[in-house]
Amino acid sequence: MAAFYSFLAVLALIVIPWLGVGMGMSALFGIALPYIAIIIFMVGFTMRIVDWAKSPVPFCIPTTGGQQKSLPWIKWSPWDNPVDKKGVFMRMVLEVLCFRSLFRNTSVKLQQDGPKVGYSSEKSLWLFSLIFHYCFLLILVRHLRFFLMPIPGAVGIAEFLDSILQIGLPVMYQSDALIMVGLLFLLARRVFDGKVRYITLMQDYFPLFLLLGIVLTGVWMRYVVKVDVIAVKELTMSIVTLRPHMPTAPIDPSVYAHLTLVCALFIYFPFSKLMHMGGIFLSPTRVLPNMSRRAQWVNPWNDPAVKAHSYEAYEDDFREKMIEAGLPVDKKA
Amino acid sequence: MYNAKYIIPGILFFLALAFVPVIYNQGHVFEVKPELPKDQKECVLPTTEMRDKHMQLLNEWRNEAVRDGSRIFINAKGQKYVKSLTNTCMSCHPDKTKFCDRCHETVGVAPYCWDCHNLSPNQKSPIPPVASAAAGGH
Ligand code: HEC
Ligand code: HEC
Ligand code: HEC
Ligand code: HEM
Repeated sequence: MAAFYSFLAVLALIVIPWLGVGMGMSALFGIALPYIAIIIFMVGFTMRIVDWAKSPVPFCIPTTGGQQKSLPWIKWSPWDNPVDKKGVFMRMVLEVLCFRSLFRNTSVKLQQDGPKVGYSSEKSLWLFSLIFHYCFLLILVRHLRFFLMPIPGAVGIAEFLDSILQIGLPVMYQSDALIMVGLLFLLARRVFDGKVRYITLMQDYFPLFLLLGIVLTGVWMRYVVKVDVIAVKELTMSIVTLRPHMPTAPIDPSVYAHLTLVCALFIYFPFSKLMHMGGIFLSPTRVLPNMSRRAQWVNPWNDPAVKAHSYEAYEDDFREKMIEAGLPVDKKA
Repeated sequence: MYNAKYIIPGILFFLALAFVPVIYNQGHVFEVKPELPKDQKECVLPTTEMRDKHMQLLNEWRNEAVRDGSRIFINAKGQKYVKSLTNTCMSCHPDKTKFCDRCHETVGVAPYCWDCHNLSPNQKSPIPPVASAAAGGH
């Protein structure tokens, strides 16, 4: 049901602008909505980050995937179990660029011979999410051609490499096909794996359908209906130069559907699990060095009026009573 | 707020990204003015259709000409054209830099056709080097 409702929501986000533009509301979907979306995105994103930054971290809780630094003759993993800022930096770079923690993903199965639980390596989640995220990045970089004038050379290089197979005209971008593969796998994983389906909620399906909707409308515009790209660029340039106006040439309704889905993504972003984009940098389990045995971790919500009370002072307070009760004490009398 | 010395610059950097296009585009105007042929009135297809779909038309022409040997295109009005990039398109739109490129540069497409095809029909050494056949050179 959750999948079905998410699908319907995305469908509505395509149909509403499609009909709305037919009724002459193109300025609403083409100009007003993008501005609203970007403002909600920026304010919402900042507020989520500030909210997290304000939350105290009471304990030193990095998750570690390697040997801790200890005696000099024990080999340790500086990136999996960092002890300083440099190590954490490397760990975060690898985490963000290579998704190392997903690489460790395992699957649990009941073994056939007897009631034994078996764990096996499960790399497909890592592979397909990596494909998806890099294609998404590449598509965003390529889309800069709609927002910049003159177009930087790097965008041209990205386009050239992405279309290097020179299939068809307009040339097919490999990233368009690959992002579909990535998204469809991530969706299939939630739909067909019973264990994952059981824990999948509407807020897991919705972003997947939303992204699929964005990609499908984009593919539709480029390879099927052939929208007037110059008119679209006139619109996007008028938006980013803060002098919004509608282009004189007509724009196909599918552009507004694409744009509305993108705006929905941006509006939804700060309130959803997609905030892992910013949240990864504020996760105590990722960004804290594993220092719990080398330095004292001061819980920031400790009341400063309550002073530390050492064992020595405790013994001073209760020495007689402890000796009377027969408890061992460090200092006699 | 904890770790403000990392988080505040981080947020500011992130928000600044949104303003990159605003600043980058300052002083540049976006206008597309391909030089249209003066002695001709009509393109192969209606102008709006040409504008959006000329690459699809070229693709059809290429495939039909090269694979099926069908080299004559008849449009909805019954006019006949030779299916050729250089000989047909470039005879009415002779200057690539003032026509094709003016649009393509503004939207960042760089068709690779000119790696092989000649820019203008009257160029001396046609590539591929075949003497003008019935349907013309290339
Ligand atoms: C009105 C502006 C305009 C003119 C003039 C124009 N084009 Fe284009 N052309 C475009 C646009 C816009 C695209 C990109 C469409 C897209 O990104 O989907 C394009 C794409 C193409 C492509 C596909 C390129 C690719 O990498 O996908 C080819 C081939 C092409 N044009 C050939 C030509 C030729 C040849 C001429 C000159 C005879 C020409 N065009 C003139 C606007 C124009
Ligand atoms: C018979 C001469 C002729 C031929 C052949 C021809 N064109 Fe055109 N083309 C024109 C004219 C004239 C216009 C301008 C039409 C107008 O002003 O409405 C035009 C307009 C265009 C436009 C739209 C420009 C704009 O500003 O929107 C494109 C793109 C285009 N031609 C591409 C091509 C391509 C690609 C070919 C080869 C397949 C081709 N033309 C062949 C005469 C021709
Ligand atoms: C690797 C070189 C090469 C490239 C790149 C190339 N072509 Fe061709 N093209 C050829 C050859 C060879 C023929 C066959 C010529 C013939 O048989 O008349 C041809 C034929 C054609 C024809 C039909 C015949 C004619 O006279 O034009 C069209 C149309 C065409 N190409 C369009 C394109 C377009 C559009 C592009 C760019 C997207 C392109 N070609 C890129 C080599 C190339
Ligand atoms: C989250 C952001 C976005 C994503 C993931 C996305 C995705 C895509 C994809 C996958 C395509 C297919 C062709 C290609 O890969 O270039 C596409 C095409 C397109 N997108 Fe987007 N898009 C996004 C934002 C936007 C925005 C903000 C606009 C502005 C109006 C836009 C306008 C277009 C247009 C005009 C095309 C057709 C391009 C062509 O015909 O060559 N997109 N989009």
